[in-house]
Amino acid sequence: MNLASILAPTSLEELSATVRSTPRVVAVGAGTKARLTHVSADFIRISTARLSGIVEYDPSEFTFTALAGTPLREIVATLGERGQSLPFDPLLVASGATIGGTVAAGLSGPGRFRFGGLRDFILGVRFVDGEGRLLRMGGKVVKNAAGFDFPKFFVGSLGRFGVLGEITFKVFPRPATTRTLRLEAKDAAAMIKLFAEAGNSRWELDALEASPGENAVWVRLAGPAAALDVLAQEILARYPGTSLPAAAAAELWQRVGEFSWAHAGGVLAKVALTPEQVTEFSAVVRANPQARSWVSAGGNLGFISLPPGASLPSLPWPALALRGAGLLWPGVRPRFDIMRAVKVALDPLNRFPNLDD
Amino acid sequence: MENPNASGVLSRLAGLLPASRFMRGPAQLAAYESDGLTAFQVKPLAVVVPETQDEVIALVRFCHAEKLPFVARGSGTSLSGGSLPVHGGIVIALNRLNRIVRLDPGQRIAVVEPGVINTAVTLAAQPYGLHYAPDPSSQSICTIGGNVAFNSGGAHCLKYGMTSNHVLGLKAVLASGEVVEFGGASREQIGPDWTGLFVGNEGLFGVALEITLQLLPRAEKFHTVLAGYRTLEQAGDAVSAIVASGLLPGAIEIMDALALEAAVAAVHAEYPPGCEAVLIVELEGPREVVEADRVRLDAIIAASKPVEARPARDAAERLAIWKGRKSAFSAVGRLSPDFIVQDGVVPRRRLGEALRKISAWSGELGLRCANVFHAGDGNLHPLILYDGRQPDGLARAEAFAGRILKMCVEMGGSITGEHGVGVEKRDYLPAMFSADEIDCMKRVRGAFDPLGIANPGKMFPEAGAPALTQHGLHPLEKAGVISRE
Repeated sequence: MNLASILAPTSLEELSATVRSTPRVVAVGAGTKARLTHVSADFIRISTARLSGIVEYDPSEFTFTALAGTPLREIVATLGERGQSLPFDPLLVASGATIGGTVAAGLSGPGRFRFGGLRDFILGVRFVDGEGRLLRMGGKVVKNAAGFDFPKFFVGSLGRFGVLGEITFKVFPRPATTRTLRLEAKDAAAMIKLFAEAGNSRWELDALEASPGENAVWVRLAGPAAALDVLAQEILARYPGTSLPAAAAAELWQRVGEFSWAHAGGVLAKVALTPEQVTEFSAVVRANPQARSWVSAGGNLGFISLPPGASLPSLPWPALALRGAGLLWPGVRPRFDIMRAVKVALDPLNRFPNLDD
Repeated sequence: MENPNASGVLSRLAGLLPASRFMRGPAQLAAYESDGLTAFQVKPLAVVVPETQDEVIALVRFCHAEKLPFVARGSGTSLSGGSLPVHGGIVIALNRLNRIVRLDPGQRIAVVEPGVINTAVTLAAQPYGLHYAPDPSSQSICTIGGNVAFNSGGAHCLKYGMTSNHVLGLKAVLASGEVVEFGGASREQIGPDWTGLFVGNEGLFGVALEITLQLLPRAEKFHTVLAGYRTLEQAGDAVSAIVASGLLPGAIEIMDALALEAAVAAVHAEYPPGCEAVLIVELEGPREVVEADRVRLDAIIAASKPVEARPARDAAERLAIWKGRKSAFSAVGRLSPDFIVQDGVVPRRRLGEALRKISAWSGELGLRCANVFHAGDGNLHPLILYDGRQPDGLARAEAFAGRILKMCVEMGGSITGEHGVGVEKRDYLPAMFSADEIDCMKRVRGAFDPLGIANPGKMFPEAGAPALTQHGLHPLEKAGVISRE
């Protein structure tokens, strides 16, 4: 095998051979979440750049299968041509992120509010385990209960248990239209109240986001245009706010989806929250004048950003650094013996980085 | 008793609980020797009935120390033999761990113990306009613990997913004795999705003690249509047209002629005459959205040339449609002394082809087969009727069921959509997964359960597997308490 194929295998068989031939391996996609693969220098980096392409897509099945290195951009465009989408709004599409990296990072966008995150749409995986075996888990149909749910387990697994080669997803029809509203929330308490009220309402919101720095809560509705007109009016009659023109809405969702609100070249971390923890999250952000933040999924997910050179404080919630130097896990992380035992089961030779790396 | 040391083990086990919650009498054990897969009976050594999480932890640690196999059990409604006792093992009955620990309407979550009944969660959430989405047909009796172990489905999976899509976190005692907490109250996970791995483990990893569920706002409005078709194919074409239209119904179900006949007899359901198939489609959401979508749906259905289409005009008519649908399986069971129910999945575009094959095999083997299925997600539920008193009745029915499972795999589907592998389909797991893949699953199982004491004999093929059978109705089905999907 030549060096090029070691660095960038072109088939799943080559991927498997590559893993077998290297004592320490980490897979890299487009590098849009670079902190996840900052591991020690003795790891060979396998690029998924040439493992790219949608291998199966039948719109009538609501499923597609793509190689791990497929850019999200290609997937979003292909699904869009057939009026479909990944409802969880994958992030960093324009930045070039791959589907494999998105799964390994466990990243979901604003649309995760309505029908759930990436974990709720992944159906099957083919991956190479620590012994270099190419294995298929899960299925290719929208419903399947056979065997353990490895596909979900690989969401957020950071390539520490295996290298993803191919992934099957469920997709949904894309709603006919969307409408974006900006509601005012003067502080975290107002924001939390809005999350609870709007989230429990009859409106079935498509997305519910907030930017604490702007005292704004962003609501997105999705569905038939005539219905959204009525729902938007009802929401604006109840809360002070405005409806965004289409161009401004597109700009907003682009800003959220590409993290362009965050510091370029700085630290970016995601934090799992409950809505009631948004108060404390906002306080942590305010305590650092340089910090910027975004709150997603009705207060279940926070992002925090710092300029280059700054480092994150230790956070009292589960957290994962996506970019920048510093700790990979800047928050609390439960540790149980089973985690080590499963790592040994899937990667007995310790080819892949440890979860602590 | 298989284990010569069992009496010593059992007397030590008896010391862990008050005598009233430790059962060894033959009459007491009889109630636990079978589950929804009634063909199999295994008498456990004993049944223990813990009332607290600490008692469950102590019991599992005892089993680990004594290498004593155990099966955790809720209401015993598994259709794949998931809660069938294991030889030489005990049953840990979790029905008394039935507290709803916390219900937080602001965050739309419920934290429950494993013995809580599925519908009890929705009942508790209703005052806040919320509900728990997964709705297996046995939901009035099955427990959340069992739903978690087998990743149960229901009629709304295409849109809302299965149980695992609604479990945010859980506390469990693993078969190794370790007590773990995965996930939490947030809808977002950080790091590997341990919760997702645990859900659907079929009892092979350990026992869930406390489960955090997400709740959803209850849809404001429903639009439910029942349409009758001359042929199954026409009904299938209507499904394809609905799916292609970009609508996302909450449920798309089909019943065939034999299932209709049974539902008419059992619950006096009324269907358009002369139909080989009935399609049920349900839209749900804010009233303005449903009103807009129903115009499109009604046009699609009209264009699909049904014999008759009946939209439910009110809540009572909607419930009547669902009553007929949900009673179909137990109703079909009354037509025959014995039956086998299958749960395979095929790609939706191959539903028509699959049904034609099933129909041809039905003729060839001389066995009637009723079909009631989740057309939206390709999840078949063929119900093969046979008479176990005929010398080759069971063998022919098994051959029929085996052909259907293999067909599902060959078409790129699955051997099980929502019932799990259990005992029933364990011999078919290798049809879907390679030896390496099964080895990989077994290694992970070994990490959770190094001694192989948690529900052994399920999911993985083993020598001497019992035959694939389903005799008659579950006693609860006869009583009309539960039904199958």
